[in-house]
Amino acid sequence: MPPFQDILEVILLQNYNTRLVVLSTTMLGIAAGLIGSFLLLRKRSLMGDALSHATLPGVAIAFAVMVSLGGTGKSLPGLLLGATLSGVAGILTMLLIRNTTRLRDDVAMGFVLSVFFGVGVASLQMVQSLPGASAAGLESFIYGKTASMVQSDFLLIAIVAGVASLISLALLKEFLLLCFDDAYASAQGWPTLALDILLLGLVTAVTVIGLQSVGLILVIAFLITPATAARFWTQRLLPMLLLSAVIGGISGWLGASISALTPNLPAGAVIVLVAATLFLISMLFAPERGVFPRIFRHARLRKKVDRQHFLRAAYEVLESTADGEKVANVPFDLSRLLDKRTWTPHQLKQILRTARREDHIESTGPGKILLSEPGFGEAARVTRNHRLWETYLINYADIAPSHVDRDADLVEHILGAELVHELEKYLDDPHLSPPVPPSPHPLADA
Amino acid sequence: MHNESLKSQATFPPKSTEPRPEHPPEVPLAIHDLTVAYHRKPVLWDIELNIPEGKLVGIVGPNGAGKSTLLKACLDLIPKTSGWAHIYGKPYKKARHLVAYVPQRESVDWDFPVSALDVVAMGAYRRLGWFRRVTKEESAKALHCLEQVGIDHLADRQISQLSGGQQQRVFLARALMQDAELYLMDEPFAAVDAATEEAIVALLRKLSDQGKTCLVVHHDLATVTTYFDWLVLLNMRVVADGPAETTFTRENLQKTYGGKLNLLEKAAEALRHTIN
Repeated sequence: MPPFQDILEVILLQNYNTRLVVLSTTMLGIAAGLIGSFLLLRKRSLMGDALSHATLPGVAIAFAVMVSLGGTGKSLPGLLLGATLSGVAGILTMLLIRNTTRLRDDVAMGFVLSVFFGVGVASLQMVQSLPGASAAGLESFIYGKTASMVQSDFLLIAIVAGVASLISLALLKEFLLLCFDDAYASAQGWPTLALDILLLGLVTAVTVIGLQSVGLILVIAFLITPATAARFWTQRLLPMLLLSAVIGGISGWLGASISALTPNLPAGAVIVLVAATLFLISMLFAPERGVFPRIFRHARLRKKVDRQHFLRAAYEVLESTADGEKVANVPFDLSRLLDKRTWTPHQLKQILRTARREDHIESTGPGKILLSEPGFGEAARVTRNHRLWETYLINYADIAPSHVDRDADLVEHILGAELVHELEKYLDDPHLSPPVPPSPHPLADA
Repeated sequence: MHNESLKSQATFPPKSTEPRPEHPPEVPLAIHDLTVAYHRKPVLWDIELNIPEGKLVGIVGPNGAGKSTLLKACLDLIPKTSGWAHIYGKPYKKARHLVAYVPQRESVDWDFPVSALDVVAMGAYRRLGWFRRVTKEESAKALHCLEQVGIDHLADRQISQLSGGQQQRVFLARALMQDAELYLMDEPFAAVDAATEEAIVALLRKLSDQGKTCLVVHHDLATVTTYFDWLVLLNMRVVADGPAETTFTRENLQKTYGGKLNLLEKAAEALRHTIN
């Protein structure tokens, strides 16, 4: 574990050696978050994976060409140019397979991914035996490495990431339409093919500038994970994009920092692990679509339904006790509640405990129960609401379903006072329609 | 001699993109000699159609008859093997602003991070052009379009939280947003609730009262004559087209649905239904 002072220095970008590296991966993360969102929504994640693997032969070949021209072969712009060209070649091969044969997309992608990667690994071995040049360090393109960086390399990465981010935001509307409904986009006259190519071009740009720090195997995770994580938090595109950019940025910043502090950890792996942690948190806890909030919401809904069923059952027991007279709040036998619903005695005990906590029950003698004043009022209200809804469903079945909200505190808020007045007439006058029987009941008997 | 034959080849046949006298330019949709093939297998043969203005047109035919393909070919979404389709006398490329397309509801993924209003606003994208964001006026117009299909109260709802019928209405509102003259709708009545079906029919009537032309791919033979005033019976080629009352005959249906006994029985039943 490095001393705290070192950690602070790296994280806060005070350390000159790592500042450029950390800044570049942060910018890379922002660009990956934005463009990855569109890649995800276009359902082209696997294509991005094939693309990144297809860059490796280009790295090896660019190295060999640069060595034969008399350089060291380690110039980053040169290597990235080679990576871009072979990445594009990979995509073209994929399109060629898809359009000339009847093979499915995933077959074409799997083929390109494995063949190009194989060629890349083999040619990397070959260039290492080139006389007069050391190819050591080229493997870092596979797993990623936060080697120290010269300023011109940093500028290259920063400019490409910045321009790619700006393009994706400027074309927000166009990419949205392309991802949601490409046939409609074509019919409207948008050049969908050109937009698709541009999107893949942006993915290529991010992949290529991510090669050095994240590595080609994991760069796809850097593109997809922040976008997937962001999707858990929101149902809107712009917030998703911005959040995805933030998650990508944080992953790049933290991941590169941690990797710089622990030289044996490959940067790509750490960056992706940070992103994956953020993803996991999002998946479990995001209020909009997360797992736990969903379970919690469901439990709360169940509790609410139980509470309403209890109150309604109690009110219907009191109604039958009143026998046509005005319904009064009197004690009654617990067993009569059990007859009303399919509760087990254990469930009923729990429901009663909640009801007592909510002050709906005044007192319970042995086997007896008495509603409190507020409890009685609530029971009358819940019963009336349910009956109004049911009457509404019976009388307006054709338009009803989209409006019905049995949980609504006041029916009037949704249906309007006039309609509720109308429904109440139905409820009170047995000649207009048969009264709503105690719940639950088969509709046919109603 | 040799020269002469070349010359005659140059002038004959006449350029196929010229509208013919039997396809006057004021026709909303004129289709001539249209053949479409997938993988060397023709799915539409020699389609010849004139759709009259202001009509509510149903396209009816068995599964795989090429109904959707016909719409897509008119919209340049799939290549035509031969022939052309003209919108008010112009090729689609020059008449896009006159046409609104309602794709099948299943053609998109509804678990998408946009609201109902966002989808409707897509109808204004072409008007807005490159880079420009949706303006306040267009948003207000989108809300008005949602109102016309009766779901303006759901404008902010994420689209996966809408029912199938509501999603279909969102697609219709998006088409309304385009202020088009010709509406091409692919099965808008597929798997929607009765209330939505009613709302769509009312909307179609309103559009045709305004002189707009609607081409609707339709499945339910029982409602054909009540919904539409013009019919195209399609089974890879046009079996019959014309006013609904005179086109929807037992003979024509038999030609359209052929030996598909089960369907034919249904058709006969539908026919009895409409006669009674």
